[in-house]
Amino acid sequence: MAEEPIIEVKDVTLGYDDTVVLEDVSFEVRMGEIFGILGGSGSGKSTLLKAMIGLLTPVRGTIRIDGIDMVTAAGAARQALLAKIGVAYQSGALFGSMTVLSNIVLPLEEFTDLPAEAIERIAQTKLKAVGLQAAAYKMPAELSGGMRKRAAIARALALDPKVLFLDEPSAGLDPVTSAQLDELILGLSQELGITFVIVTHELPSIFAVTDRVLMVDKEARRVIAEGQPQALRDHSDNPVVRRFFRRELAVAASD
Amino acid sequence: MDDTDNIAFDFQPDQNGRGRLILRGRLDRETTASIWRPTTHLLRHTRVPRLLVQADQVVYCDGAGVALLDEYRRIQKEHRGQIEIQGLPPQCRQLMALFGTDQLVSPPPVPGPVTGFIRGIGERAAGSVREVVREVSFTGEVFVKLVRALARPRTLRWRDTLVIAEKTGPNALGITGALGFLIGLILAFQSAAAMRQFGAEIFVADLVVVVLFRELGPLITAVLLTSRSASAFAAELGTMKVNEEIDALVTLGLDPVQFLVLPRIIAVLCVIPLLTVFNQLFGLIGCGLVMSLWNVPTEIYLDRIRYAATLTDFFGGLVKTFFFGALVAGIGCLRGLQTRTGPTAVGDATTRAVVNGIVAIIAVDGVFAVVYYVLGI
Ligand SMILES: Nc1ncnc2c1ncn2[C@@H]1O[C@H](COP(=O)(O)OP(=O)(O)O)[C@@H](O)[C@H]1O
Ligand SMILES: [Mg+2]
Repeated sequence: MAEEPIIEVKDVTLGYDDTVVLEDVSFEVRMGEIFGILGGSGSGKSTLLKAMIGLLTPVRGTIRIDGIDMVTAAGAARQALLAKIGVAYQSGALFGSMTVLSNIVLPLEEFTDLPAEAIERIAQTKLKAVGLQAAAYKMPAELSGGMRKRAAIARALALDPKVLFLDEPSAGLDPVTSAQLDELILGLSQELGITFVIVTHELPSIFAVTDRVLMVDKEARRVIAEGQPQALRDHSDNPVVRRFFRRELAVAASD
Repeated sequence: MDDTDNIAFDFQPDQNGRGRLILRGRLDRETTASIWRPTTHLLRHTRVPRLLVQADQVVYCDGAGVALLDEYRRIQKEHRGQIEIQGLPPQCRQLMALFGTDQLVSPPPVPGPVTGFIRGIGERAAGSVREVVREVSFTGEVFVKLVRALARPRTLRWRDTLVIAEKTGPNALGITGALGFLIGLILAFQSAAAMRQFGAEIFVADLVVVVLFRELGPLITAVLLTSRSASAFAAELGTMKVNEEIDALVTLGLDPVQFLVLPRIIAVLCVIPLLTVFNQLFGLIGCGLVMSLWNVPTEIYLDRIRYAATLTDFFGGLVKTFFFGALVAGIGCLRGLQTRTGPTAVGDATTRAVVNGIVAIIAVDGVFAVVYYVLGI
């Protein structure tokens, strides 16, 4: 696995209007890594993700993806940067007025000069990769929660991104579906070498897929831990971190 | 007073700034009410720097009890006093850990009525200024992108535009025609009643046609489109915003203005003049109906129309519709894109779109009235 960083977040402070959500966040994500962002609800995980994909301008600090500054990039540089990333949102965010297939066709249509049937084939292969080829002509509203999340991942894969951002991919899914999703992520990571940034709560997923994690805390408004999940579970001296891993372990053991 | 179904308290201050509050009995929803006021009042007034709450004789404690102990903590904190709660039974301690608020969040300070009023005005003024700035920059952005898109028509999403145009245009024909007909009818009827006294009912046609062409036709059609389509645009885009679909567009590298706003503006610009003409046509029919009721021959009525209305009247009205259309579509889309999160957000965006749209239309109509007057049109 290459060690060079593909994402560099440096001294970043994030907030909305006049409320600060996170302060002085610095970390790096290495090429090919599966990186987890953990934390309780409302701790600013989605906010951090939004900043990393350029939807939210940090109050302070810089965010670089593949060496390009996310905040200042404009025009063609920004387009090039956006082509390198794929995002699957918490709610799926599929375009509700189009079929699942059209959702994936759309970015291909807009950014390639391929003939229509080629685009359709490519879109079909993306759906197959997430095991959804049967749902190609369904509307998003007809899909179950897990299918919607997988469709969102398929759309995020449309332009063959280098980095895939997933916001709580397994939240609200049953354990079996959730495990399937983990396998999908591992498969994509191994076969395509995609770097992943995953926001998640689910302890089984964390241990199953992530190489390294970052934990943010609502009270501290900061990063409170960073490292390999196993190491944090066994050796962290921060009570919040320990409680996070222990509580979730207890839940995992009981079901 | 040592009844276990009740609560009793005993407060013993001493010389060294210490106070001991002894609680005995049950701390539950019923009993807490009886000591809440007296004890909190006492603590607020004595302001003991160090308070010891002795709770080893408390036999039961529920959420209300926890809230009371929490209130003591808050009061002590208010005047920077210390507090120690001693001897709380274990199950109460668990409750305390669950419900007790270690970090107190007090409500934001409410300014006094006068300063609050003044501040409210200031905030609203600053808010309106920010709003206007945002609207102006949005208008600029849309205009630049519109020109660019029209220069390279292949970049536009024509199929979406067509679908939207169908929804805003043909689907609105019924209501537009009906409203035009009724307005023509009412206008003719009301003015004819007065004019008949002078035997001048034939001139009703002059009045109605000019009013319809110059003012009412464009205005009514635009207001109609605001309530029918600006609201729809705001709701559509607002829902997309709430569902993160707008974010998804942006991160796919697709520009929401290019993708969602331009098709809507172009669609409305295409249909609004046609709808207006349709509205005016039915207005004239409504007026004609009244005229024929007053026994004015149709030929004479048509002749009056031709004589009274100039092409300037007609096109002067139509020019306005383009501005109205751009406003209607633009405000609908902007309000949709500005939707915040929460269950009422889309509804709020829709309301704001309709209200702002109608106000903007009337304001622009006023500007046109002045401009046309100065130009002598
Ligand atoms: N659009 C917004 N405007 C204002 N505050 C927001 C917005 N989105 C999130 N927040 C606030 O930011 C904090 C972090 O939210 P978020 O990043 O969504 O948390 P998480 O994803 O970890 O659950 C929360 O307190 C939330 O209320
Ligand atoms: Mg979130």
